Amino acid sequence: MSLTHYLVLAAILFAIGATTVLLRRNAIIVFMGVELMLNSTNLLLVTFSRMHGNLSGQVLAFFVMVVAAAEVVVGLAIIVTIFRTRRSASVDDVNLLKS
Amino acid sequence: MSGFTVPEIAWGPMVPVMVVLLTAVVGVLVEAFVPAAHRRTVQLTLTLAALAGSLVAVAALWSDTERTGGTDVLGGSLVVDGPTLVLQATIALLALLSTLVVADRVTGGEDAFAPAAAAVPGSDYEELARSRGLRQTEVFPLLLFATGGMMVFPATTDLLTLFVALEVLSLPLYLLSGMARRRRLLSQEASMKYFLLGAFVSAIMLFGIGLLYGYSGSLRFSDIAAATATPNGMEGLLVVGALMLLAGLFFKVGAVPFHMWTPDVYQGAPTPVTGFMAACTKVAAFGALLRVVYGMLPGMAWDLDVVLWVVAILTMVVGTVAALVQTDVKRLLAYSSIAHAGFVLTGVIALNDAGLTAVLFYLLAYSAATVGAFGLVSLVREQGTGEDGSPTLLGEATRLPQWAGLGRSHPVVAVTFTLFLLSFAGIPLTAGFVGKFAVFSAAVDGGAWQLALVGVLASAAAAFFYVRIVVLMFFTSPHDTADEAPTSTTVTAVAVDGPAPDGEDGTVAATSGVAVATAAPERATTTVAAGEGLTVVAVAVCAALTVLLGVAPSPVLDAIASVAALLP
Repeated sequence: MSLTHYLVLAAILFAIGATTVLLRRNAIIVFMGVELMLNSTNLLLVTFSRMHGNLSGQVLAFFVMVVAAAEVVVGLAIIVTIFRTRRSASVDDVNLLKS
Repeated sequence: MSGFTVPEIAWGPMVPVMVVLLTAVVGVLVEAFVPAAHRRTVQLTLTLAALAGSLVAVAALWSDTERTGGTDVLGGSLVVDGPTLVLQATIALLALLSTLVVADRVTGGEDAFAPAAAAVPGSDYEELARSRGLRQTEVFPLLLFATGGMMVFPATTDLLTLFVALEVLSLPLYLLSGMARRRRLLSQEASMKYFLLGAFVSAIMLFGIGLLYGYSGSLRFSDIAAATATPNGMEGLLVVGALMLLAGLFFKVGAVPFHMWTPDVYQGAPTPVTGFMAACTKVAAFGALLRVVYGMLPGMAWDLDVVLWVVAILTMVVGTVAALVQTDVKRLLAYSSIAHAGFVLTGVIALNDAGLTAVLFYLLAYSAATVGAFGLVSLVREQGTGEDGSPTLLGEATRLPQWAGLGRSHPVVAVTFTLFLLSFAGIPLTAGFVGKFAVFSAAVDGGAWQLALVGVLASAAAAFFYVRIVVLMFFTSPHDTADEAPTSTTVTAVAVDGPAPDGEDGTVAATSGVAVATAAPERATTTVAAGEGLTVVAVAVCAALTVLLGVAPSPVLDAIASVAALLP
């Protein structure tokens, strides 16, 4: 299997993640979409790293994992706070700030 | 695999950043080990000392950098050259002033932050935390982490460090925007919107980084720039990657079409935090944008010009037009900050040394006025009647009608706010004028006179809504606007002081919170909180900067121009 397949897979995963973010209404699911986008990028980076024969891409992939973990901490904290206040995690209900 | 070679690290040039980040780590330890009663004093002292130390370190590095043109630390991960130092000094100075605004407390010892940010608004626990006088001193380390990220962001010529710095500056800001003491539902909402959109855009930006890496095989800006010179049949990756990377940066500077979050987040976040992020994030993100456009993608200038032009024009027009119809001071300043992002972009597009100097100066002028303006907004409060009949201070009076007559009741505040507004509008003798003049003349020199024309027209239109506030403050009495007030009370008074979501039915909890909270401000009058004087100091420094940079800009302009050369 050629390396291009991995790139195509990464692009498909990224598109699925982006679609999830744009279409789903539950904040947790939206957030999962973002995580999918980050992970698809990891696949992209590792594949390119293999193609180019250097390690920068793999190193960046590790950093992305760490950053994603940090983002989960912050994101879930915010979403849980909102959920406890409103008993809802729907992004449609969050609409007080409209002029 | 070859053996591991220990990298050469020049520690000296990293001191400004290291001071801030290490103090942030110490601040986290302070939270764990210092008794609650002393935490605020310790944290505030540490934060101010770190930022002042960072400024001193920048000053110490200045003459060396002016002579040598800069140092490449960590092989391009961090580049300390003239623009880096100017931007780092701007960020450290404005963060210092923002810290003063953040730390300020009004009568009763209330700062702008929730006593316990994790408590459900209106719950018994929140009431208990409030009565015990708890406070969230984690604000200070978070502020320092964000500042540290901002100081790295414009200093990097490496996509890895760019991404990590972006997250280091963003994550604390997501949290800070959700911590307001009053109007907590709005604040939490702002936090969630900022987070979801920010995470989405940083994922897009990361994919762009991946594509650029795939195109060039390197994460260094200089290598990518070299790779763009020799076509290798994968130009699609380059173009798409560059656009996705720029999308991330445009989001951070708040440029159209990535500006949707700005008004909501600026309005919902605690006002001191709004001032901080409006000023410092923009400085940092424009620094990074400069480096990307000048350092990494000059080979694509022809392709990117179209994108930058469209974004700049849209940003100026949309920001100005939307600001015309706003009725909330914070939202109005948010849209004005979008318009300002467009003005700075015209300087970025100029792509010459004059443009670089102009952008750096503009950022300093704009951010000084921004921190000052939001500092004043945090002081202008609603005043209601307490249970015992004595006047009590309520939330911020951000609706425009509430500002009517402020010029008569509080002339100093009104005059200072007018000064900042005039600077935003670009009236001569203020820093904003010099900034705009420099940016537009650089754009004309760079051949982008059409952009400068749009910019001047947008500035003229923008002057209208700045002057509208001035007229409101000085020539309108509060009674003239009283009949307008009730219509918008329900919206802006959300959770003024701990609404009680009844919680009997989950879905109506939010709406009932809105209804419950509107009781107080019907008869509220507008007043100016005294505070402990910290905000006053910050605003005074900002006002002095705005006037000084407007009256005698040449020393600063010369100093910036003498170092305005980006190291590749």
